[in-house]
Amino acid sequence: MDAHKVVTLAPRIRVRALGKIFGDGPTRVEALKDIDLEVCDNEFVTLVGASGCGKSTLLRIIGGLEYHTSGEILSSGKPVSGPGADRAMVFQHYSLYPWLDVMENIRFSRRLQVNRGELTSADVEVASGRAEALLNLMGLPNMAHAYPNQLSGGMQQRVAIARALMGRPEILLMDEPFGALDAQTREVMHDLILHVFKLEKATIVFVTHDVEEAIYLGQRVVLLAPRPGRIDTIYKVPLPAQRHQDMKHSREFLDLKKQILQRIRETSGMKTDSDLLEQLSRTASTQ
Amino acid sequence: MASNSLARPGIWSIRGPMSQRRYWIFAAIGLIAPIIAWSIVANSGWVEKVFMPTPGSVWARAVLWWTEDNLLQDAAISIYRVTAGWLLSAVIAMPLGLLIGTFRPVQALLEPLTDFIRYMPAVAFIPLVMLWIGIDEGSKVAIIFIGTFFQMVLMVAEDVRRVPTAQIEAAQTMGATRLEIIQLVLLPSAKPALVDTLRITMGWAWTYLVVAELVAANSGLGYAILKAQRFLQTDKIFAGILLIGVIGLVIDQLFRLLHRKAFPWMHTKS
Ligand SMILES: Nc1ncnc2c1ncn2[C@@H]1O[C@H](COP(=O)(O)OP(=O)(O)O)[C@@H](O)[C@H]1O
Ligand SMILES: [Mg+2]
Repeated sequence: MDAHKVVTLAPRIRVRALGKIFGDGPTRVEALKDIDLEVCDNEFVTLVGASGCGKSTLLRIIGGLEYHTSGEILSSGKPVSGPGADRAMVFQHYSLYPWLDVMENIRFSRRLQVNRGELTSADVEVASGRAEALLNLMGLPNMAHAYPNQLSGGMQQRVAIARALMGRPEILLMDEPFGALDAQTREVMHDLILHVFKLEKATIVFVTHDVEEAIYLGQRVVLLAPRPGRIDTIYKVPLPAQRHQDMKHSREFLDLKKQILQRIRETSGMKTDSDLLEQLSRTASTQ
Repeated sequence: MASNSLARPGIWSIRGPMSQRRYWIFAAIGLIAPIIAWSIVANSGWVEKVFMPTPGSVWARAVLWWTEDNLLQDAAISIYRVTAGWLLSAVIAMPLGLLIGTFRPVQALLEPLTDFIRYMPAVAFIPLVMLWIGIDEGSKVAIIFIGTFFQMVLMVAEDVRRVPTAQIEAAQTMGATRLEIIQLVLLPSAKPALVDTLRITMGWAWTYLVVAELVAANSGLGYAILKAQRFLQTDKIFAGILLIGVIGLVIDQLFRLLHRKAFPWMHTKS
């Protein structure tokens, strides 16, 4: 029902018959094939799938950091022709500027505009208010003048998220942003990003290999299958919009998790865990 | 009686800890021991004084050089040549390396060529330089330039290439243009590595200075060393070599100080 309604609205991101081939000749890799996907305004979509199935490639194409080789991609109705401030991206790591302090990192996009003379001093005033609000939102009010290498991994990612939000992007793209964090920090970050999502009303596409994370955060979970990368199944998450950690133990959550995990195994050529073990022992014995 | 805490690792454990004080004690031993050994050998009479002067006589010669023979002028002209040759190479190598490390076509155009030239021995260019430029100041600067420039270009390019892609892509998704990425990401990100590159190439510039002054000069520390050899003044040779070492060490430390002052974010850890 819901899904039908949103599709008839103009989607924020529309991907049609999209394909991506890396290289040619013997190094040719068909990373994505026939991808059809629509993400509506203010939707939170997560992408999961086995490693190498093209999650990052799809996200990077949406972000304009990678070009596609067939099909089309529209963002806010316009063809994507390169990266732009309307589609902010949060990377797994190494994206903060270590020579700038936390506040300067967050204000980086404003600095670009100031340099170009695009902002009046009143705008700058408003911007510094926003930067401070974001810093508070991220729970780092006292860290404005710390340098990134003085922060823990979790704090660094919060700064990266604040920096991405600074320019009020319509779309927030995240590629395993919590992949390098420990489990406890990750849970905190999950609730934080859901809070941000509610407050900022952005459209979020979130790549992860962690199925639990994908279900907990997403309204829909898109499962990609490898070789060539293609959309296998799109699951609608049967949880209320307001998420809570306890829901991870609910029947609906656990059922969906089991279902998706099983499907990932199947699409990557392994039916069960014992298949995986067998394959591992086979590769071990041939070495 | 079981001890319930692991003993503090000793200084000889692999990558073991060492207090600042102990570090300096060891450093002092490392610096002073060779001088003592030298002193013992030179004073023992095993080696003739002409071949191995004592530390005392080297010091006395250095003082004499300073008071009677214009040591300051020799040192000044050498420092001037090194700085000129090295600056000239830096001024050209920085933008060129930046372009090579940023744009693939420039890399393809210039990097293999530079790689090739850098394997040609700079010293072998000396006869050519003397033919073309003569033996005035320009030739010394040219030899230092040839010796440092090609390496410097490649190092600068590598420094720029080491900037994490995520830093560049983050700027792109914030709407930065190519010029803005170069100015606001590539340069500041590579800057600490660039200062290190300048420091290291300064050391090479000194090597080529001495080479240049040994064959094509009538002033400077290298020339003084050469002249001392003609008059069998081994103590002056020693004094000259040590002096160049000291000047190099001082310049190196100044660069390190600059690094600490200019990039506090690299030297602060919580
Ligand atoms: N720059 C590239 N050049 C060539 N092949 C690539 C490149 N980037 C990704 N690939 C290939 O495309 C496929 C999908 O990669 P990726 O999108 O990174 O997968 P995922 O993020 O799901 O792990 C992989 O087979 C990978 O080897
Ligand atoms: Mg990936």
